[in-house]
Formats: sequence, C-alpha cells, structure tokens
Amino acid sequence: MFLKEYIKDVWGAISSLLKGMKLTGYYFMHHNKEAITEQYPDNRKTLKMADRFRGEVVMPHDENNEHACTGCTACELACPNGTIKIITKMEPTPEGKKKKAIDTFVYRLELCTMCNLCVEACPTGAIKMDQTFEHSVFDRRLLTKKLNKPDSKVREGVE
Amino acid sequence: MFSLSHITDLVNAWLYQQFPPTLALLLQFVIVGILVITLFSILGLVLIMMERRVAAWMQLRLGPNRVGPRGMFQTVADTVKLIMKEGMTPNGADKLMFNLAPYIVMMVSMVIMAPLMFADGFQIWDINIGVFFITAISSVSVIGILMAGWASNNKYSLLGAMRSGAQIVSYELSAGLSIITIVILTGSLQVSEIIAAQQTGWWIFKGHIPVLISFVIFIIAVTAETNRAPFDLAEAESELTAGFHTEYSGMKFALFFLAEYVNIFVVCAIGATLFLGGWMPFHIGSWESFNHIMDYIPSSVWFFGKTFFLIFVIMWFRWTFPRLRIDQLLNLEWKYLLPISMFNLILVTLMAIMGWHF
Amino acid sequence: MFEEVASTEQGDLVINIGPQHPATHGVLHLVITLNGETVKKVEPHLGYIHRSIEKMCESLSYRQFIYVTSRMDYLSSHINNHGCAMLVEKALQIEIPSRAQYIRVIMDELTRLASHQLWWGAMAMDIGALTPFFLAFREREMITDIMEETCGARLTMNYMVPGGIMYDIHPDFCKKVKEFIKHFRSKIDEYDELLTGNIIFQNRMKGIGILSKEDAISYGCSGPTARASGVSCDVRKIYPYEIYDQLKFDEVLATEGDSFARYQVRLVEMHQSMNIIEQLIDNIPEGEIQAKTKAVLKLPKGEFYTRIETARGEFGIYVVSEGGTTPYRIKFRSPGFSNLSALDHIVRGHKIGDMVAIMGTLDLVIPDIDR
Repeated sequence: MFLKEYIKDVWGAISSLLKGMKLTGYYFMHHNKEAITEQYPDNRKTLKMADRFRGEVVMPHDENNEHACTGCTACELACPNGTIKIITKMEPTPEGKKKKAIDTFVYRLELCTMCNLCVEACPTGAIKMDQTFEHSVFDRRLLTKKLNKPDSKVREGVE
Repeated sequence: MFSLSHITDLVNAWLYQQFPPTLALLLQFVIVGILVITLFSILGLVLIMMERRVAAWMQLRLGPNRVGPRGMFQTVADTVKLIMKEGMTPNGADKLMFNLAPYIVMMVSMVIMAPLMFADGFQIWDINIGVFFITAISSVSVIGILMAGWASNNKYSLLGAMRSGAQIVSYELSAGLSIITIVILTGSLQVSEIIAAQQTGWWIFKGHIPVLISFVIFIIAVTAETNRAPFDLAEAESELTAGFHTEYSGMKFALFFLAEYVNIFVVCAIGATLFLGGWMPFHIGSWESFNHIMDYIPSSVWFFGKTFFLIFVIMWFRWTFPRLRIDQLLNLEWKYLLPISMFNLILVTLMAIMGWHF
Repeated sequence: MFEEVASTEQGDLVINIGPQHPATHGVLHLVITLNGETVKKVEPHLGYIHRSIEKMCESLSYRQFIYVTSRMDYLSSHINNHGCAMLVEKALQIEIPSRAQYIRVIMDELTRLASHQLWWGAMAMDIGALTPFFLAFREREMITDIMEETCGARLTMNYMVPGGIMYDIHPDFCKKVKEFIKHFRSKIDEYDELLTGNIIFQNRMKGIGILSKEDAISYGCSGPTARASGVSCDVRKIYPYEIYDQLKFDEVLATEGDSFARYQVRLVEMHQSMNIIEQLIDNIPEGEIQAKTKAVLKLPKGEFYTRIETARGEFGIYVVSEGGTTPYRIKFRSPGFSNLSALDHIVRGHKIGDMVAIMGTLDLVIPDIDR
C-alpha cells in the first residue's frame, strides 16, 4: 500500500521531531534544576579550585622568611620554554667559606605553560604550583615575578 | 463584553468634531503611525528578550541576567549599542539598494499589522479582503531580502538571498492554501468576520482533523517564511556566516533583526486569528458559568496570549532541530506540504458543503 | 580512482570558507568552487596555525617535548602525551609499573570520551542544532573536573612522563569516574532522542559523503573516519600497547562509509570507552607509579616510531636520534591531516550545507592538521 507507507513515513517523521521537542521542553520547564551555568565572578567566595590545579609557580616561605631553594638551577634546565631564570650569588658562610646561594628567582608568568616539570625537577621541594588563576594585569612587566622574598634565606639544613 | 471600539469611536468622533475631515484623517494617520512604531519597537525588545530566555532555558543556561533586574534591560542595552555603531556600506555595494533594503523589509512587516485585530474593536483597518491583503503584502518582504543580498556584493549574501527567495516563494503556497481552508469555512476574507465566526468555538476545535492538518502546515510554512530554524537557510550561520545580512552593521542590521521578530509576531498573530479565534475567549459549549468567567479576561490578553504561545512554539522548533538542506527544504514543500494541503483543501471544501463541522 | 582536477570555469562561484568562519572550528581555509549550490571542488589551504612544533621539539629534551604535543590535538592531549612517553620508554626499554599502565589507559579513554562528546556537540552545531552543544558540554565538564582534580589541568594536562605518570590519582578519582559513567550512561540516550533519531538529522546524514573502503585506505584515513568505511585500523587492537590486549572491547566498524556511519561509530565508541573504564576502574593495582629513570634521558642512536590511537585516529611519532639529549629530527603523523585530505574527494557533487556537515563528521581539529 503506497498510501499507508506514505502516512507511516510522515507519522514517523513527526514523532521523531516530537521526541526531541519533549526533551528540550523538559529542560525548559525544569530550567531551575538543570541549569549548569557557573556565575564565575559572583561565586568567587565559594569557588574552590582542585588542590592540584596548576595556576602559577610559587616559592613557599616559612615564618622566618626562609625558603628551600639552593639555586641549583634544576628547574631552569627542566623548563621547556625559558620561564625560569635563576641568578645566583656567592654568600659567605659562618665558617668563612663562600657558598652559592640564590639572589633572584625570576619567573616569567607570560611564558609559563604550567607543565609542572620544574616542580618535578626540584630536588628540595622549594617551588610548588599555586591555585590562583586570575593573572590578568594591565602592564606586561607585572607578569615577570621575583619569587624569593626580599632578605629571604635558605632554610637551615637544605642542601 | 467590554469592547475597545467605544474608545476608538470616541477618539474618532472627537477628531472629526474638532478639525476639518481632511486634517482629522491625517491626524488619525499620525496616531496610528506612532502606535505602530511603538508596538514595533516594544515587540522587538520583548521578543528578542523572550528568544534569549527560551534559548537559555532549553540549553541549561540562565540567559541574560546582568543588565537590570533579572537582565530585563539587556535588549535595551543591545539596541543602544547597535544605534551607536557605525552603519557601514561596503565599497563595492550598490549604495541605494543596500541602504533601502532594510527599510523595505521593515515597512512590509509594519504594513501587515494593519488588518490585525489586537483586541475587541481595536483594529487599524478592517479591510474586507484582510487575509488576502496579508498574504499579498508578506510576499513583498522577499524583495527586500533579495535586494540586500544582491546589493551587498558579497557571495555569502547572494547565496543566502537566493536561498531565501526560493524558500519564501515556495512556502507561501502552502501558507496560502492553509489560510484558504479557514476562508472556505468562514466564507469571508475579513478579519473581524473570521473572528466573529469563531464565537461558538475556535476553528481548530470546530473544524477538527482538516483544520488541524492545515494548522500544522501553516506553522511549518510560516516558520519557513520567516527564515527561522530549522529553515534558516538564508542565514545558515555555519554555512554562510550570516547570509543576506552579512555586510550589514549597526542600525541597518538591527532593522533586519527587528523585522524578523516582528514578522514572527505577525504570522503568529495571523495563526492565532485564523485557527485559535483571535481575541475570542475560550468557550466550552454549554458551560455557562465557565464561559462567563472566561469573558472576564480582557480580549487583548486572549489575543496576545495565543500569539505568544505560537511564538513560543516556533522558538521551541528553533532550539531543538537541526537545519534542513536546501534541496530537502524544497522537497518538503513540493512533495509533502503542497500535496497534503491540496488534498486538505478538497476535504475542507467537502466539509463546508456538507456541514460536517461543528 | 582519483578524479580529474576540476577546473574553474566561467560562471563558477569561488568562495573562501575560512580562515575565519563558523564552520571550520579554527583557522582552516577552504577555497571551494561552487556551481550554484553544488560543490565542484574543495582546496584546503593550511598554514594559518603553523607553530613549527616539530622543529621546536628538536631543541627540547625528551622530558620536555611531551608537553608540546598536547598543543597539537588539544582534544586528545592525554593520548598524544602518552604516545610520546611510550616512544621514549620503547627506545630506552623502560618497563613501566602496572599501576601506571592502568591509570594511563583510564585517562586515555576518559580523554576519548571527552573528545567525542565535544565532537558531538560541535557537529550538531554545524548542521544547525544549537542545543546539543550544551548537553555535550554538561557531560564533558564532569570529565574535565576529574582531570583537573587528578592531573591539575583541564585541557593540556602533561600527566604522562617517561616511565609512568607524574603523580598518583586523586583519592576521589575512582568514585568520581564511576559516578560519571553512571551519569553518562543515563544521559547518552538523550543524545539519541535529540539528534540520532531526528528525521531531519537522518536525512542530512544518510547517504551523504560516502567514503569507500578503498579510498579510505588510499587517502590514509584512520580512526573512526576509516572505521566507518569498514577499514579495521584500531591501533588498540592491531598493535596493542599498555594493557589493551588484556581488555575486552570491540573495534567498532561500519560498512556504509557515509556521514551517518561516522556518526554512529563515534557514538558506539563512547559506549566502548565506558566499558573499558568499567573493566579497569575497580582493578587498579597498588604499587609504584613511575619506573626509575635517569635524570637526563639520552635515546640511543637510531630511528624510533610509535603509534597510538587518539580520538581522531592513528597518531604516530617518528624520532631520529643521534644519541644526544634532544631528538635530531622529529615527525608527527597526525590523523587529522590525512582525514582532511579525503574531504575534497567526498564532498564533490554535494551541496554546500553537506560540506559543512561532512567536515563535522570528519572531526577535524585544526592545530592537529597544521602543526
């Protein structure tokens, strides 16, 4: 029967369309429950990034303003795109010898790809990844950061 | 039932009393013009807001929520932005045609408003060939689109305009045929009489199966005629970037945009008038008390309620379906909709002669 | 088998699709010659996102060059990284611990799922349906959250290192993956309701863009694109790596070779990926996550090649080593490039709207085509 097939075709087509409309209609009616939008700048207070989220490289300092960086430049070598530059200096030890120490830990955020290779390479655990991600600034120079705080020292016993 | 015709008659009488007839007529034109332009802009704002909200809710989003309370003024802000923007005319474009096209499209959608009955006794022009007037005028909008596409001197625009031309010209047939079914049943082309004929019940209930078929065909055809998804081939974002209005910017683009939404309003208003009884309240046969309560709802609320329901359905289509291809689009019209509506026309004629409707 | 090169005649319409165009998902430039609405020929022009990754890798050490590959096919970045790590391990004959192997495979399959989900949404958008995109992203968001928690990033994870994985999975990982699979199994039916069964969609897809088996082989297509034409080319089955040979899963094959077959192959692959993850997620063995490796890796002199199945097809890494710390020459075989080359052949004679749909089903990622 040609006519029967024709009507069956038309009905099949319409019902397939109605199926899709049922789904979108459901979402329209239940939009309060189903909406998945994150209202980002408004939810800053409750927004929690994952612990391992890689936002930028930081150098944790303890309360005595001491860090664990010995200036071995392992991170600088591990970095694939020249993000890190370590400037060292020779510092006299109490015994009167001279010892290599870190002068400036230059970190260029604009070059960093957050690949975590520097953190993996660090033998003393001096640097880690922070969860901040709002990095936009008006001046590009602000993205070149000095990670060691002024007058900070290497923690005792870190070799 | 309360009728707005008292007010309009009062204004009419007052004008003719105060001024000489020619001036009074001119003043009426001005008043009507202002009203239409106001309605036009309000509709544009409301419908764009509605579209964005419907789209957002169907897509698990929130929709605009920044400007004003619950984002109500977002479209106002967008309009201000579009007014501030430079309306560029490309170098290679046909300047006159290019700048004229948006106005033609917009004027067409304004003129179609003339025979619409917004409420009981509230109509700009109760012309006795109302429905015919609407179908005749609405086919002019394709000229505006073709002009825009041709004058832009852009290949995307040209393709979009040609698609649009083929599409609107074909789909007008089945839209017209489904309008004729109601005209056959009513026996009149006048909008007010079509509505009056639905006093005892809307045509979609009174005319049962054949009218239901023509209603479905009408909705499909007008969706295509207003270039809405799934028939938005004239704009087809992923294929032709923006179709016929690729080169337009600023307010000229906004006129196209507004005209699209006002067109949707107009075709949905026609659908509501023909099939859902216009401003006629919902009555059920002999339930006197129920009918009486329904009469208390103002007639304009009925009209706009039905119209916005149809608009919602058309938006629902847009955010659910993928787009058709151009040859499938024409196949659908010439191989399915047209034969069905032809057959339906015979059915309705038979029904009207034999009196098989309620 | 190859058509004649169609010449542009008077009256033909030459249109640039791209480099900035909503249909190309990136900066692909297609010069198409149209006869009315019908496509006569398509010429892809590449080079807009060429970053010379291969050259760049020549100056990076064997630990460093891995992260760059996640910038190529950014939707299967895990799998790219995995391939590179495997090459180094193969060359240095490092045995990696089984815990790392399990986690690697789970991550690969999660990436494949995420990639296919994004493809589903983007392809739906190509043919004009806008809502599927958001549904796809709802589920993909769960995967990226899992990735973020364990790997520390959402798109370019750099989780694979030579010898294993960078760090152990997050304590919540297994629970969240199971939750995700439960959620996705219930939601994947919506994909069918909204798109697969839709009459408009089926008409747009069935019988369109047919790529025959012979053509698929001669154009070097791989992945779901070739499998939809009946070419058995799943690297996970033919050259099993890691623990794929111990797993139960089917190589999804179709014979039609049209757009709908490509669509269905990917949808069924999502089910297969979920099956694979379900087999593994409860049985991750305890133990080390990294094999002991030297601080500075030096590959022996010679040529090395590894292949891996990404979400788009076969990804090959070819390294020539002079025995130093950096590769002498490196060459990536990206699946997208070969799949794109078949485009001209399969869209000829179709309408312009079909060209966009076919491009959607080929699942092109432009930075992968143009390295």
